[in-house]
Amino acid sequence: MLWLMVFLVLPGLVLIVVSFASRGAYGQLEWEFTIENYQRLAGFSLFGWTADYIIIVFRSVWVAFVTTAVSVILSYPLCFFICTRAERSRYFWLTLVIIPFWTNMVIRTYAWFLILAPELPLAKLASYVGLIPADAPLYPNAFAVYLGMVSMFLPFVTLPLYSSVERLDWALVEAAQDLYASRVRVFMQAILPQTLPGLSVGVILTFVPAMGMFVVPDLLGGAKYMLVGNLIQQQFGASRDWPFGAAISMGLMILTMISLQLYRRRGKEIKFV
Amino acid sequence: MVVISGPSGLGNSPMATNKEKGLSIINIDKRFAEVKALTDVTLDIHEGEFFTLLGPSGCGKTTLLRIIAGLELADTGQVLLGGRDITSLPATKRQVNTVFQSYALFPHLNIFENVAFGLRSRKVAQQDVESRVNRRLEMLGLEEMADRYPHQLSGGQQQRVALARALVNEPEVLLLDEPMSALDARLRAQVQVELRRLQRKLGQTFILVTHDQSEALVVSDRIAVMNQGRIIQFGTPKEVYEQPRNQFVAEFLGAANLIEGHRTNGGINTDIGFLHLSSSPAWDKGTVAIRPERIRISDSPPDKNGIKARIREAIYRGTNIDLWLEPGPLRVRSPALRNFEAGEEVWLELPVEGLVILDE
Repeated sequence: MLWLMVFLVLPGLVLIVVSFASRGAYGQLEWEFTIENYQRLAGFSLFGWTADYIIIVFRSVWVAFVTTAVSVILSYPLCFFICTRAERSRYFWLTLVIIPFWTNMVIRTYAWFLILAPELPLAKLASYVGLIPADAPLYPNAFAVYLGMVSMFLPFVTLPLYSSVERLDWALVEAAQDLYASRVRVFMQAILPQTLPGLSVGVILTFVPAMGMFVVPDLLGGAKYMLVGNLIQQQFGASRDWPFGAAISMGLMILTMISLQLYRRRGKEIKFV
Repeated sequence: MVVISGPSGLGNSPMATNKEKGLSIINIDKRFAEVKALTDVTLDIHEGEFFTLLGPSGCGKTTLLRIIAGLELADTGQVLLGGRDITSLPATKRQVNTVFQSYALFPHLNIFENVAFGLRSRKVAQQDVESRVNRRLEMLGLEEMADRYPHQLSGGQQQRVALARALVNEPEVLLLDEPMSALDARLRAQVQVELRRLQRKLGQTFILVTHDQSEALVVSDRIAVMNQGRIIQFGTPKEVYEQPRNQFVAEFLGAANLIEGHRTNGGINTDIGFLHLSSSPAWDKGTVAIRPERIRISDSPPDKNGIKARIREAIYRGTNIDLWLEPGPLRVRSPALRNFEAGEEVWLELPVEGLVILDE
């Protein structure tokens, strides 16, 4: 409880207070309380209404959603692949999943620069098919962002999901097959309900940090691919506008909580076809 | 209690059985990596019979059941169902359903939906699903349970749900993989009789896998005794119990006294004396078996196959007394009509009709 107070509740309260403060002429905090920061976030300014910030926020939700979805879709076959190996080689494959954690996130993201460089097969193939101009790298663009995001978050889904898949009761899978279930039905009725605990952990561990991710979109997405994480970073950094940064952070936090609530409720309601 | 009549053991089955419409297993072989699970298994299971695969764990009986279910594919050989080759047909396409050992009920579905699962897979119309599921639930006394979830049910109830879930699909063959192993002894005895009655009532083909010989005797029309991936003997419960082919079958189905001897004129010479036999054995040196309950005890020497023996231990069991005697040791099961004391000397008679010549 104390831990929660010191590291979560107190900073949260500070953030709330700051989000209602105003920015001084030199970027310092001024304790004149206002709701202007939130109005700005909603798009209202001196020059009328703009959707810019809202677009950025929803783009972030979308990127986090797609990242999570792709990670889940890739994790299932991966987990089943690992689980069906001989006991010894399972640890080998799991280690391969974990190895990226040994390297710093920024360095891993820069590694994509090399992999997507114009001289290498991926970019060559893309230009050959006509997706990008000749001798251009495969970044910055949305594809590179998703690639970077998924590679970053895949282990966060794979590892918890693996712990569920490993304990899977195969008799239920066989029972479903015995009762004429199609492949989709076997997955929905026999595999998904059993792996839901691991899947939930993985989804939360991916979706929440993916919403605030700024390193990957910054490096691989370029200036046009601004996400809410970048926006916040910009306010606390270059723009020196802490109150607005705090307001965006609050917005992001509220959105995350709403998403988690929806997810939890959906999880309870869900009636597997 | 089951009354067995006739050599086929099918005489008391209410439904006429039909060999052509049954299940044929022809020369099945199955290997898992280095382990040979099944070797040249051939069986004919008639339509409408209660057939049991009996054997110790690891004998291949479950593998054979899984091959029939389509959950495992045979390396070589054929499976014919009603004359149709289903050897390579996947489980989802076979008109065969299984009651799993763990029951494998879907924990997130209520009892109604569990039972309805197979019908929903086949997209049966909702009103048909309702009537068919409700009929099965009623038949198995589960109508009150329809809205509950598997974890809210007792082991016996879960087992009946598993049974209903399989039977609602009206399978050509119902497979039961040790369905009673999770039940306590008293309930198991009751369920065996119920299962037997149910099978008789429905007239459907049931194939049961079990390692429990008494269960096999109670429920089956015919039993196949398996060991080390092979079928050792098959026949009616009476046949396999009273005429075991070899030592394994004799000992696996209840207790047996095994007596080694050399063939001589009209019988065999053994350590406990000369024994008359009903026919001459095919071997020179071999083994005969006699069930403990077939040995008679008397105070005076019998005419034939009499042995004087000393009681080493007498165990009172309520319905009978188990005696261990010297020489031997011989095991005798006697009605608990009189008292026996350790050290007491009695005459034993090993009746000719109770002595079974085993294959060598």
